Amino acid sequence: MTVYVLRRLAQTLLVLLLTSGLVFGGLYLVGDPVEILVNPQADQEERARSAAALGLDRPALEQYWIFLKGAFSGDLGKSFVFGRSALEVIIERMPATLELALLAMVMSVGLGIPLGLYAGLRPHGLAARAIMAGSILGFSLPTFWVGLLLIMVFAVQLGWLPSTGRGPTTEFLGVQVSILTWEGLRYALLPALNLALFKLSLIVRLTRAQVREQSLLDYIRFARAKGLKRARVIGVHLLKNILIPLITVIGLELGSVIAFAVVTETIFAWPGMGKLVIDSIFQLDRPVVVAYLLVTVFMFIMINLVVDLLYSALDPRVRIAEVKS
Amino acid sequence: MSAVLPAAEPVPQTPFRRFLEEFFESKLATLGFVMLAGIVLLALLAPLLAPQNPYDLAKLELLDARLEPGARSVAGITYLLGTDGQGRDMLSAILYGLRVSLYVGVVSGIIALTLGALTGVLAAYAGGRIEQFVMRVVDIQLGFPAILVALILLAVLGKGVDKIIIALVCVQWAYYARTARSAALVERGKEYMEAARGLGLSGTRIVLRHLLPNALPPLIVVATVQVAHAIALEATLSFLGLGLPTTEPSLGLLIANGYEYLMSGKYWISFTPGVALLATILAINLVGDQLRDVLNPRLAK
Repeated sequence: MTVYVLRRLAQTLLVLLLTSGLVFGGLYLVGDPVEILVNPQADQEERARSAAALGLDRPALEQYWIFLKGAFSGDLGKSFVFGRSALEVIIERMPATLELALLAMVMSVGLGIPLGLYAGLRPHGLAARAIMAGSILGFSLPTFWVGLLLIMVFAVQLGWLPSTGRGPTTEFLGVQVSILTWEGLRYALLPALNLALFKLSLIVRLTRAQVREQSLLDYIRFARAKGLKRARVIGVHLLKNILIPLITVIGLELGSVIAFAVVTETIFAWPGMGKLVIDSIFQLDRPVVVAYLLVTVFMFIMINLVVDLLYSALDPRVRIAEVKS
Repeated sequence: MSAVLPAAEPVPQTPFRRFLEEFFESKLATLGFVMLAGIVLLALLAPLLAPQNPYDLAKLELLDARLEPGARSVAGITYLLGTDGQGRDMLSAILYGLRVSLYVGVVSGIIALTLGALTGVLAAYAGGRIEQFVMRVVDIQLGFPAILVALILLAVLGKGVDKIIIALVCVQWAYYARTARSAALVERGKEYMEAARGLGLSGTRIVLRHLLPNALPPLIVVATVQVAHAIALEATLSFLGLGLPTTEPSLGLLIANGYEYLMSGKYWISFTPGVALLATILAINLVGDQLRDVLNPRLAK
């Protein structure tokens, strides 16, 4: 177990190193940030001065080496645009993205499991078929386009909800949160719904497939034969067993929601990390892009690791120690 | 349990005929197939069907900008789906956009399929350390969401049709590799493989002529799903301004262009290309769903 975790952490380090090298090298080739950052009327001397100030006058490998040395002490460089630590800028934006991702996950799990359960228990009913048709549609709808439709309907036509930006925030455990007040939640509803739609379809389909598979198994028949109430068979025996695979998927999807927030945040002008990285890509703000990717990749690997550990803890049939590498 | 006499056996069916019959049993799948065929036809014939060449800037009339669907232009042409911010006929733009979207999706799909299938089959055939290494790379990559990988690559590569195809190939190959490997692992143990080895055929020949064709059905299923994903992903990236150059807009870019007019109620500039995109993805998904059922040996009748 410990060996397993250690090996995974070593692997994490390798992936992070690879990502940083790839992105750093690639962005170095794409363009000269000085061109964008400096006043177009600036003369040669001024350009050279700002390049030197940003450390851009050094050879690429040396720049990467300096970056790596900093990275090991937790310093991912200074943003060219903000003039502050890139990591700081990202961490500042992180709560906005996380609260959006969390709200989206709550929506998709809260709706997806009951709907999937229903569709799985009465697979031939009209409502079940409508749910499944809806889930294919939800799968096929391009997320960003749905975002536009949501804005069009709920913000422009009906005027019920605000279309862009984050609402007023309140401090909660030292973090600025907006979804705790109704006014703030109003702003978060549309983007969260947008983000949730694809996951909702996924969870509905998965739950339904699981329910159909599991309800044929002996333990369910046995529970019925014992004369247990239907509610108990479904609520305790069935639900417990379908939750195990669902939890892993939900865990992994949490990561993908954070990544996909890039799209939703851009549409709804939500000031999170996703919007930040898109802006930074256009401004060639290399330190922020590299830092964002490293932070996200790290979060991802950690989520995957936790999910794997959780899976083996929940399901006694899976033992990590037995997994040979 | 009435025994069927050999004489009563119907005309022997070819596997392909049986496949077609099973496929078109589902009404939804048939609908999907018809939709898909229609969309592909529209895209292929776009230069003949489109009322206007949307790439020819000289033809655009700024006076006709942002006309509603069905409106008539100064010159007396009717714009069935309205015009965009530059006075471009939306119907023509969508037909051409469909071409770009399908082209990017299909080309990247074919390249990724070839690369991924070869890698996966070779890994399964080679076994040992090579297999372990390839599968570790696949696992690590599939641990990340496609959009993140594509974002990293496009931030590095920049804009362009070739760039986005490269990014999509890099995102997708791992799915094919994993599927090909697991299919090949099943096939590897079968007798015909042993027979092929016993005949002293070369490794290349065994992999290409014997292993690969038999590992194909699951790959086809993955391919339909992946092409739909690729088209959606390309549209998303283009919408973010990271994919294609603005000179030859795909559907995603058309939607992005209409975004700024959305707030003022000019919905059609974003809405109609989105419907075309949705129809394309939906059609592919419907076909893919049925293919999965028909090609799945476990569900075979």
